[in-house]
Amino acid sequence: MTHSKAASIFNKDEKKVNWHDKALWFVRHKRDIAAHTVTGWEELRNLGHGIKAHTLSNLDTYLTQFEENALKNGVQVHWAKDGDEHNRIVHGILKEHNAKKVVKSKSMLTEECHLNPYLEADDIEVIDTDLGERIVQLAKEPPSHIVLPAIHKKKEEVDVLFQEHLGTKPCDGDPQYLTGEARKHLREKFIHADAAITGVNFAVADTGGIVVCTNEGNADMGAHLAPVHIACMGIEKIIPKQEHLGVFLRLLGRSATGQHITTYSSHFKKPREGAKMHIVIVDNGRTEQLSRPDFRASLHCIRCGACMNTCPIYRRSGGHSYDATIPGPIGSILSPGKDLKKHSTLPFASTLCGSCSDVCPVKIDIHSQLYKWRQIITKDTQQPFVKKTSMKMMGNIFAKPTKFEKVGKVARWSLRNLPKSMINSKPNVWGKERDLPLGPKESFDDWYKKRQKNE
Amino acid sequence: MKVGLFIPCYINQLYPQVGIATLELLEKLNVDVGYPYGQTCCGQPMANSGYENESVGACQNFVENFKDFDYIVTPSGSCAYHVKKHYNIIEQTDDVVNVRNKTYELCDFIVNILKIKHIGASFPHKVGVHKSCHGLRGLRLGSCSENVGTEYSYIDELLQEVSGVELVTLTRKDECCGFGGTFAVTEEAISVKMGKDRIQDHLDSGAEVITATDTSCLMHLEGLITRNKQPLKVLHIAEILNSTI
Repeated sequence: MTHSKAASIFNKDEKKVNWHDKALWFVRHKRDIAAHTVTGWEELRNLGHGIKAHTLSNLDTYLTQFEENALKNGVQVHWAKDGDEHNRIVHGILKEHNAKKVVKSKSMLTEECHLNPYLEADDIEVIDTDLGERIVQLAKEPPSHIVLPAIHKKKEEVDVLFQEHLGTKPCDGDPQYLTGEARKHLREKFIHADAAITGVNFAVADTGGIVVCTNEGNADMGAHLAPVHIACMGIEKIIPKQEHLGVFLRLLGRSATGQHITTYSSHFKKPREGAKMHIVIVDNGRTEQLSRPDFRASLHCIRCGACMNTCPIYRRSGGHSYDATIPGPIGSILSPGKDLKKHSTLPFASTLCGSCSDVCPVKIDIHSQLYKWRQIITKDTQQPFVKKTSMKMMGNIFAKPTKFEKVGKVARWSLRNLPKSMINSKPNVWGKERDLPLGPKESFDDWYKKRQKNE
Repeated sequence: MKVGLFIPCYINQLYPQVGIATLELLEKLNVDVGYPYGQTCCGQPMANSGYENESVGACQNFVENFKDFDYIVTPSGSCAYHVKKHYNIIEQTDDVVNVRNKTYELCDFIVNILKIKHIGASFPHKVGVHKSCHGLRGLRLGSCSENVGTEYSYIDELLQEVSGVELVTLTRKDECCGFGGTFAVTEEAISVKMGKDRIQDHLDSGAEVITATDTSCLMHLEGLITRNKQPLKVLHIAEILNSTI
């Protein structure tokens, strides 16, 4: 389904659209307050951008340095070229430890690789332990936002969902009760887990350590209790030095939710005694994206979700309308690199307003990249005949002043003289809910010529 | 100083009054204005739709028409931004580079080149300013709410000097209106919803008139206002700055 189609379905319930828009605008507003109280916020963004650009230009060096240090720390390091290999590696580790029950903290990478269904096919229970993730897992839906995975669900819907799956009592969507019940349910899962899977927010090359940021402490609960910790990371998560965390942790929490820092910024460096720690480093199309000069900066992304919260289209179409692991503006520049045809409508799901680029903590030129993907998509994928020919026609008209004048005259006459019912008939999508301007008798050209004559 | 007036295609055909106000305003400010007859469009409609190649003829026609002027001024932030940002698709001859450097949106030109703020206009109404995105975040005609730094707005600076104008405070001071060129039809549902939400913000803030640097945004908003019979007018900023009521 095209983004536009999915968005128009989402817009059938205007009240829900208003609610969704306001919920996310609230987060954007909190971000503004947090950002505006930091002296040197823009310098911090420049630094974040610079460190990421430098790292991506020296990725091979930093990745091998990271591996070397992680190995020294007693961590086992694995390399996966794609999602399949990643899933096989994780599965292999779990089998080796005879792990049947797995708790997972939030990881967009494992979503991207579709790890859960892969493991579930071998009767391994995978429980997402982030509250929002657990909600969408119970609802059998993908996350609709990378930081707020269940933002599309109202608390009343969660109430019903929990009654069905966790046996809770009806509570009119009382968030405190529902969270308390989720907590009890998840505690059980943590205590009995054979292995814990986490994502990675930052992997520090000079220490071999990783940092996982959560607000619920669920990564820690998992990793500290289970005998095996598997951390899965994309190759772009590397930062050169421990001290660079000072830049990124300050940017991340504020941009994501307006917090000064995420509640838990958990540093994992080596396995605790008697336990095992594995890190799986995944490419899955990232090297290819890195090879595209126009789009490599998309790999700077630290997954804060600010571009989603600010995007007027995302807020009014919902994350699922993008039908991609990463929705919203950043997803719309990442996804076409993975499957151009499938995601060919995403770069057009934007007015190119540029708010995403200005809110981005690592200054990714998101809207410029959207524009560039558009140019590629119209060349490399099948386009509607009407769009193609009308663009060609417009190009011809605008290249020739005399043609432009003639066409303009006809258009103005039509707007002035044709009945509204004809102007607003079905092929004119504009006219469905909007009027067109009345065609004036004189164009500016006509007026100007007349004025020159009379002077 | 000879200034070439660029009247965007849709203003030329559908909103000549905006072009007239722009020309009269510049002449009032003692600018020597020329209007080359061969001009058509900056090429943006094709380029933003992913058909940059089909816009080459329009770009070349633009440069051909305006290459001999000291400045090119247009009542559109979006078109000015397009010339500056996206004319890298044609060969960068001296003329092309020059045209790109010398193209200005109207308010930008008045404030930063003419260095005038007080125009002597009067317009006794409550005005809501719609900060059109390409002017705001592309040309940086003002600070945007995402960035941290000194707040400024060339548009507000000019309007504050207009006698009788009362600027209203919006809840979302720089959210996109949802026009977006072909987006307005390819993503019709969202486009309409964004427009409706912008209009409501202006109504809630007590505005009588919505103004902007771009008639494209205003055409979209006006289309909704007219259809829904709402008590609001739209006027391009040139029309307010040229007003002496």
